[in-house]
Amino acid sequence: MDIRTKLEEQTLTIQLCGELDHHGAKGLMERMDALMERDLPRKTILDLEQLRFMDSSGIAVILRAKRRMEALGGNLVVVNIPKQAARVLDTAGLGRYVKLI
Amino acid sequence: MNVANYIAITFPSCSANEGFARAAAAAFAAQLDPTLEELGDIKTAVSEAVTNAIVHAYPDTIGKIALKAKILEGDVLELTVRDWGRGIADVEKAREPLFTTGGEERSGMGFTIMESFMDTLRVTSKEGQGTKVVMRRRIAKRGRR
Ligand SMILES: Nc1ncnc2c1ncn2[C@@H]1O[C@H](COP(=O)(O)OP(=O)(O)OP(=O)(O)O)[C@@H](O)[C@H]1O
Ligand SMILES: [Mg+2]
Repeated sequence: MDIRTKLEEQTLTIQLCGELDHHGAKGLMERMDALMERDLPRKTILDLEQLRFMDSSGIAVILRAKRRMEALGGNLVVVNIPKQAARVLDTAGLGRYVKLI
Repeated sequence: MNVANYIAITFPSCSANEGFARAAAAAFAAQLDPTLEELGDIKTAVSEAVTNAIVHAYPDTIGKIALKAKILEGDVLELTVRDWGRGIADVEKAREPLFTTGGEERSGMGFTIMESFMDTLRVTSKEGQGTKVVMRRRIAKRGRR
């Protein structure tokens, strides 16, 4: 699992590339935590455009990122969600908790 | 085709095998000419079942996992994921959405996803002996879609 990041006017964009499963989730969470703590963004955009696969492990990653951002007084949005990931997120009803665009 | 085609793979419960298992299932399913969306559903369901075996069946050890994919009559794909790990005390409860014993890193949605992405899901388990998850999904012929 690769990530690309960008910080612009206190908005942190994290682009996820590849496949997000349990194997890569823990390392990803740690990297995202570290980025948020370093950059202290107002807003984090999680960009899934390059995500080829995601299972339920991704739900926990997104929920944790949201909690982290709220603890920092900011918010999280998830954008460019591919079809397969959207099916997983919809089944979990994640739209009720996180802003999915 | 009279002889049902199948594959059987066993592998240790290392998380690196999650990607391998879903790719193998998808490659086998390809002979039924599934749509991209159907392939996505198959990969997701296998990933959930295999991850459960890795995370929950063998929490502190590396154990054996068996994946079987089989084509049944009527273009039905049957996927079986087995482990010989710690088992589930109450399967009905485990299948409820949001039920998890996995803490913050899990969301309790795995069985719910398997159930909604496949046509049928059967879970049998015995505490201390292991768990078997059998899922079926009919892949309709394209002309009949
Ligand atoms: N193979 C297994 N061996 C032992 N326990 C299992 C197994 N599969 C599932 N379980 C139990 O059933 C519960 C529910 O499983 P489910 O996949 O629905 O959610 P989860 O794995 O906890 O979270 P998620 O799949 O959303 O990451 C698990 O928390 C675990 O207690
Ligand atoms: Mg699970």
